[in-house]
Amino acid sequence: MPLALIAALPFLGALLPGLMARAGRNTAALVTGAVTALALLGLVLHAPAVIGGQVLHQHIAWVPQIGLNADFFLDGLGFLFALLILGIGLLIVIYARFYLDPSENTGEFFTYLLLFQGAMLGIVLTDNVLMLLVFWELTSLSSFLLIGFWKHLAEGRQGARMALTVTGMGGLSMIAGMLILGHIVGSYDISTILQHAEEIQASPLFLPAMILVLVGAFAKSAQFPFHFWLPHAMAAPTPVSAYLHSATMVKAGLFLMARLWPVFAGRPEWFYVVSTVGLVTMVMAAKIALFKDDLKALLAYSTVSHLGLITFLFGLGTKAGAIAGVFHIINHATFKAALFMTAGIVDHETHTRDAKRLGGLMTLMPITFTIATVAGLSMAGIPPFNGFLSKEMMLEAAAHTGWWGLDWIVPLGATVGALFSVAYALRYVAHVFLGPVRDDYPTQPHDPVPGMWISPAILATLVILIGLFPMTMAGWLVTAAASAVTGAEVHPHIVLWHGITPALWMSVIAIAGGALLLALHAPLNRLWEATPKPHAKAMFDAVIDWAARGARGLTQGLHNGAISRYLAIFSVVVLVAGVWAFFTGAYSPGTRPMTPLEPVPVIAWFALMAATVAVVRYHHNRLLALVLVGIIGLMVSIAFVYLSAPDLALTQISVEVVTVMLLLLALNFLPKDSPRESSAPRKTRDAVIAIASGLGLGGLIYALMTRDFAYPTISDWHMAHSKAEAGGENVVNVIIVDFRGYDTFGEITVLGIAALAIYALTDALLRGPANARLRGWVPDLKRAGDRHPLMLVVATRVMMPIAVLVGAFIYLRGHNEPGGGFVAGLVIAIALLMQYMASGFAWAHLRQRANYQNLIGFGVLLAAATGIGAFFNGRPFLTSDFGHFYLPWHLGEFELATAMGFDAGVFLTVVGAVMLALASLSLIARRAGETVNQTPMSTDPSKAKTPEEKANALDEAAAEPHDDASEEH
Amino acid sequence: MIHYAMTFALACFGFALILNLYRVFRAPGVPDRVLALDTMVINTIALLTLLGMIEGTTVYFEASLLFAMVGFVSTVAYAKFMLRGDIIE
Repeated sequence: MPLALIAALPFLGALLPGLMARAGRNTAALVTGAVTALALLGLVLHAPAVIGGQVLHQHIAWVPQIGLNADFFLDGLGFLFALLILGIGLLIVIYARFYLDPSENTGEFFTYLLLFQGAMLGIVLTDNVLMLLVFWELTSLSSFLLIGFWKHLAEGRQGARMALTVTGMGGLSMIAGMLILGHIVGSYDISTILQHAEEIQASPLFLPAMILVLVGAFAKSAQFPFHFWLPHAMAAPTPVSAYLHSATMVKAGLFLMARLWPVFAGRPEWFYVVSTVGLVTMVMAAKIALFKDDLKALLAYSTVSHLGLITFLFGLGTKAGAIAGVFHIINHATFKAALFMTAGIVDHETHTRDAKRLGGLMTLMPITFTIATVAGLSMAGIPPFNGFLSKEMMLEAAAHTGWWGLDWIVPLGATVGALFSVAYALRYVAHVFLGPVRDDYPTQPHDPVPGMWISPAILATLVILIGLFPMTMAGWLVTAAASAVTGAEVHPHIVLWHGITPALWMSVIAIAGGALLLALHAPLNRLWEATPKPHAKAMFDAVIDWAARGARGLTQGLHNGAISRYLAIFSVVVLVAGVWAFFTGAYSPGTRPMTPLEPVPVIAWFALMAATVAVVRYHHNRLLALVLVGIIGLMVSIAFVYLSAPDLALTQISVEVVTVMLLLLALNFLPKDSPRESSAPRKTRDAVIAIASGLGLGGLIYALMTRDFAYPTISDWHMAHSKAEAGGENVVNVIIVDFRGYDTFGEITVLGIAALAIYALTDALLRGPANARLRGWVPDLKRAGDRHPLMLVVATRVMMPIAVLVGAFIYLRGHNEPGGGFVAGLVIAIALLMQYMASGFAWAHLRQRANYQNLIGFGVLLAAATGIGAFFNGRPFLTSDFGHFYLPWHLGEFELATAMGFDAGVFLTVVGAVMLALASLSLIARRAGETVNQTPMSTDPSKAKTPEEKANALDEAAAEPHDDASEEH
Repeated sequence: MIHYAMTFALACFGFALILNLYRVFRAPGVPDRVLALDTMVINTIALLTLLGMIEGTTVYFEASLLFAMVGFVSTVAYAKFMLRGDIIE
């Protein structure tokens, strides 16, 4: 089976249990087990080759430009870990099937489990640093989901967060280190990096890379000082603890150390950092484990301790250390997973895992007792179980290791660690199973169904078999894996009896001392509880709190919701950047001659300036400010015409009209005066910033316009290609509908979404509490005159066909002359709005057949369809085509371009969006209790029958407003 | 001759713009200001048309056409707002 498929199988299979969640836990467990077994089969088929010393590679190019390839490789080390992941995974699936309650969502659980399995397989099989990062973070993420699987438990959620934070942070550090390694070697292939050990060790970046990688590995493998997350992860369901937090995920850090062993090992930095951390972790965690009453906490600290042991062995940098480390990975996985499962069984059957409430289960749960005893004695390092063998090898290695000139410190530390290890392992067996049978268990304990004990029983059998026949059972695996770790062929010889060696004496001391500690457990425990201890969770929470407060402070400082703050920050940053650029660069005056000053543009410029200053001065009076902004808009529009930007001018003129209507609609409900809120210093500060930015921008534009561009502009390219390639002479329009058609397509989509959002917001507003306030709203302006004056009605009716004609004209000529769909849309929208203003919403709406939402959707779809049409021509999306056609009867030649379809889409979207936005805003007034007209005008003289009545009607209309004549809509 | 006439007209409409501006800033009420703004639009149409005639281009005429067609709509909206508060009743 291809390596990529082995790694991908769990990911693909992860869909199945989730989708089959309703089919029950049997089905979920069955498909999960089948997927795992299939991947395991694929792996085992590679076994002969890998044990024969081959390294299998698979290369899949992904993004080779950045060195990202989906490369996989399988050597002895990868094989060992993959075997653990899939083999123990299979046992865990069986166990979890019986452990989880039928009421729980087992489908979800198994989906997370398979996601984790795939991610973990990815870590051990990938040959690419970047892929390694992805899989590494995926294990953190799936571990987060699994720890927090019992979402109702607060400690589950908190433990999941803590694990994610610590291991995720470690992952970032690890990838930084790996990227440095990749940088030194010039390749992101792990197998290539491994072949350049000398180059890396000689590099000045060696130490930073090593430290960064180690921080990641230590965080993942719960080494001091990152060990605190693992005990909190015990809030997970026990299958998760057994699988992730003892057998596989926490060993990912060890895997990384083993994988990079050829690169780092042998250097004193490596020895002092890794062995020391490992040794400290081993002793410290073993001591804490002895005093934990919660069985899972005890096992968690014991796991930390054993991970420390393996870290210590890899840190030695010797072949013997590597062999012992690899061997202990196998042994620890077997006995610790079995122990976790027995702890889960005890918890499941007695409903407690507090050692103080247990004891005497030996006769009540004989099978569980047997399994726990075998695994526990192995953890204690008692012969003939497998834990003894690797512990002996560790003590042997420690006995020959000096530390900073001190020969006794490492052997002492190793012996003390082993001693505590014996004590807590024996305590696990003694305080749970031995002793008198109690009568106060929460429930009556008995052995579980076979499905639940079969998995730990298999592991316990392995514990015995590996202990008795180490070379037959595990020798080949250790040989293959240790050879892969050291990069040289090793031939370990593991036997039960070594003769009388220092290690044997250390073992004897450890066992005797451990037994003594257990005997003294009660007084020692009182002493332990009396001594103050640092609380990792409180410290972690404090750090997180501090970081969150800092982040919040920074965010709210920059982002407090006041636009003046944003503009101030933005302007100052840009200003500082500009000033800095100006004073660090070389400035020379521009070379272009000045253009002559004409009197009329000077008047327009003066009007613009005066209106701008006046807006600042009078902005508290909102209506006056709007009028003044009108002057600015007018002057900007004629500036566009005068400075040869007719397309912009047409757009600006129409936009000004629509803006005025929009703001007047809003202003109806808003206070007519802005309150005076800013203090004088603040106004001064803002004035300084505004004036400085304005002068800066003006200076920049002046500097740009008085000299030639340093690089050729893209205008020339557009000029040269717009007629030839897009068939349009109006370059602006060709840019909009063709060259930058993608942008336009995005923009009309956004415009449509914005209009729909306005509609949705007003709709929600009118359904909420605001509606009651609106009903009680009293207009703050005096109302006078006709609501639908005759003159206005007639004038707008006359204007309508003219406006439609102009709109069509502007649309059709847009490709070659100023104009286009956008302006045409605005013109038509204004013509329609005039009818709304003249005869009221209800009258106009009744005559409006097209629904605005549909108009927007249709416009976007039409633009998209035009773009897709290019595919049929074998061209990329939105490439326009055009052709020239001749009309009969001497009507002449004309041009048709597909861009017209696109422009029609723009047109429809603009009409729909403008109308929908304004109609939505005017809806607010309707809800405020206003009545509406069904007739076109307030007083319709044509409805009167006789000339006298007509005259009277007109007189009446002039005399009083006709509000009461209107009907409720 | 026509050139002098057009230059004279240009000066007149330019001066008219200044007077309009004065009326926007100094006025007894908002209606006067809105009317001044509307007159400004009308004077702008004249200016653009004159410029087009002087420079012999038709490009300015579209802008003046659009001003003529939609420019009054803002004024109507202002008037409706001042009289009724709600411009789309």
